[in-house]
Amino acid sequence: MTENLTENHHIPESPSLYAKHKKVYPQAITGAFRTLKWKVTAAIMAFYFITPWIRWDRGEGEPDQAILASMSLRRLYFFNIEIWPQEIYYLTGILVLAAVGLFLATAMAGRVWCGFTCWQTVWTDLFVWVERKIEGDRNKRIRFDQGSWNLDKIWRKSLKQFIWIVFSLLTGAGWIFFFNDAPSTAMNMLTGQGTYEEYGFTFLFSATTYVLAGFAREQVCIYMCPWPRFQGAMFDEHSLIVTYEAWRGEPRGKSKAQNIGDCVDCNLCVNVCPTGVDIREGDQFQCIGCALCVDACNSIMTKLGRPLNLITYDSVSNQMARERGDEPKKRLIRKRTIAYSILLSAVVVLMAYGLLNRSELEINVQRDRSPLFVQLSDGDIRNGYTFKILNMINVPQTYTLAISGLEGAKLSVIGLGKDPVDTVTLDVEGDTVATYRVFVRAPIETMRSQFEDMEFILTNSETGEVVRYDSRFAGPVR
Amino acid sequence: MVKMEVKLMANIERDEVSGTDTTGHEWDGIKELNTPLPRWWLWTFYASILFAVVWWVLYPSWPTLNTYWKGTLAYSSRVDLANDLTARDNEPQRAARVKKIASMPIAAISEDKDLREFAAAGGRVIFADNCAPCHGSQGSGAPGYPVLADDDWLWGGSLEAIETTIRYGIRSTHDDTRVSEMPVFGTDYLSKTQIADVTEYVLSLTNKSKDSSAAMRGAEVFAGDCAACHGEKAEGGRDFGAPKLSDGIWLHGDSREAIIAQVTKPKHGVMPTWQGRLDDVAIKEVAVYVHSLGGGE
Repeated sequence: MTENLTENHHIPESPSLYAKHKKVYPQAITGAFRTLKWKVTAAIMAFYFITPWIRWDRGEGEPDQAILASMSLRRLYFFNIEIWPQEIYYLTGILVLAAVGLFLATAMAGRVWCGFTCWQTVWTDLFVWVERKIEGDRNKRIRFDQGSWNLDKIWRKSLKQFIWIVFSLLTGAGWIFFFNDAPSTAMNMLTGQGTYEEYGFTFLFSATTYVLAGFAREQVCIYMCPWPRFQGAMFDEHSLIVTYEAWRGEPRGKSKAQNIGDCVDCNLCVNVCPTGVDIREGDQFQCIGCALCVDACNSIMTKLGRPLNLITYDSVSNQMARERGDEPKKRLIRKRTIAYSILLSAVVVLMAYGLLNRSELEINVQRDRSPLFVQLSDGDIRNGYTFKILNMINVPQTYTLAISGLEGAKLSVIGLGKDPVDTVTLDVEGDTVATYRVFVRAPIETMRSQFEDMEFILTNSETGEVVRYDSRFAGPVR
Repeated sequence: MVKMEVKLMANIERDEVSGTDTTGHEWDGIKELNTPLPRWWLWTFYASILFAVVWWVLYPSWPTLNTYWKGTLAYSSRVDLANDLTARDNEPQRAARVKKIASMPIAAISEDKDLREFAAAGGRVIFADNCAPCHGSQGSGAPGYPVLADDDWLWGGSLEAIETTIRYGIRSTHDDTRVSEMPVFGTDYLSKTQIADVTEYVLSLTNKSKDSSAAMRGAEVFAGDCAACHGEKAEGGRDFGAPKLSDGIWLHGDSREAIIAQVTKPKHGVMPTWQGRLDDVAIKEVAVYVHSLGGGE
């Protein structure tokens, strides 16, 4: 058996464990999917480069950028919403939404995210477009790269690199503007007054853009990105993916003889592919589902007057049905997509509910662990608490603090009078966290056990908003 | 029959299923497909090795027999920290506050909300480093070491009194130290019965006595021998650091045996003087912090 194998097959010279990078030269193509891709790219570019410049008035002393993730102010601004670090679960929610959304899209239509919206695809597409404009289309570029260095090659290559670098710098800076006030940061960076962080991160993101979109390209999708490796688990035989109708395409050939399939083996589908795969070999993990090969094949089929969509967005089950001559059925509603949809809706509803009922007042109470309690000269037991009030409204507020659930208990707050009282008034500046040391004392006779449950009740004196916090009151072992 | 064979030469085949070549290696009949890594991957590996070598030269890295290679940049995280601390001390807002604390009397510091919070925050760290070993974290106390979070004070709980105690200590080596000594009643003055009686009296003050006639006898002993320092009503005497005996708070234990032992042969706690060990600002900061623990007067 072994002998047969070696006899019938070629024996390579010597095995190399490392493959030389084969440059992909994607050819230009027009068509429905190419147009869609340009529209999506335009929308992404508009979102990325324009949104940080949208202004939103929040009043005196507050940032007026509509979307801003401020590290220095520790706030996430989104139009009229201000998210505090304590509410980081909203970010978790958005990430869960993104993940489930991605699963749903993949279950419905395969790698649409990869093919149309992924940053790697979009930026690579733009970089290749620049390359094509300067060096020419596929064949020209191949000859150009193989040809010797002359003045024409030097200036074209330099111009390409220059435009790439400028675009990378714009991309890098564009990222910074989501985290810092855009107009002032741009001005500072242009006049050389930016901070190390601003320049450093701009450089970092520019460098990664330049390397990943200019050089690494499809290598990122094939070797670096984990998504292609497990997205196979998200789709099934009913998901729409880029398929080749082998049943009518094969045997491929250029001859006009009988019994020849529709595929004329022009290789245009391979030439336009940004990752350099041959879709006619079936679905493969290198395929990012951009559907440019669909455009390529249709352009040829139109010219030849043959039926369109030899390469098409279709499901594996439909292809099998077509091959048998059955009627293909679109099955977008399946157990899998229903499950993802329910999950997606649940998270959306949860997030919306959370945002609509979001309180702009929060309290954190930390009971002292040491000492657990102290006995006072008059025999009373006293516990200490660190009381934090998060006032998320950007005007100063006044609150009234009271306790319930502990008979005969009195309050005192460090810095606000020494005599124990029933309620205290606490002032908190706008948009800040105020920390108070609160002492609660109660007669030892009222304590039935070592730990008594009690409750802090904080009332906004103006709006009447009430926040409660369950805590405990410790005493000696009984 | 299976023929055992050692293959020295690479025997490369093409796998029919995947259409991929094997590496030619074989282990117990298991062959390996050759799916080569991209070559640039290899170059990034070499680049990271190079990065490490450059790092060794620039930064502290290899140990030598007596010392270590300090790197051409002479980087040291310790020096970094020292620089950071100097920068912190020179930070204008902080420097201004420290200057104010140094020049102002402690009561005035406490009245200024900003200064009080600044001092208490600094004092918290200094307390944890220097005072907590005896007084417990946040002044929770231990037998023999007073609780600082309650409202019972031996030498006074005002800011000034606390500052004085910290500065000069109690029974310390400083000339201005707070000092007092409870007589050794067991050997010099009182009989065992008298001590038992006076203990019974003291316990009766917090309703813990079981023998009222002994307590009555003890009241006389107390009036004669103890009231001079501890007060007529056992309310304590801060001039002598004499504890209040009519509350439920006991420094050396609240059992009958502990009280008898303390009357018979008293223990005297010692608190060191912190002058010279902590600077003036630090002492004030700790005083403000201790005052804020809950018992400040």
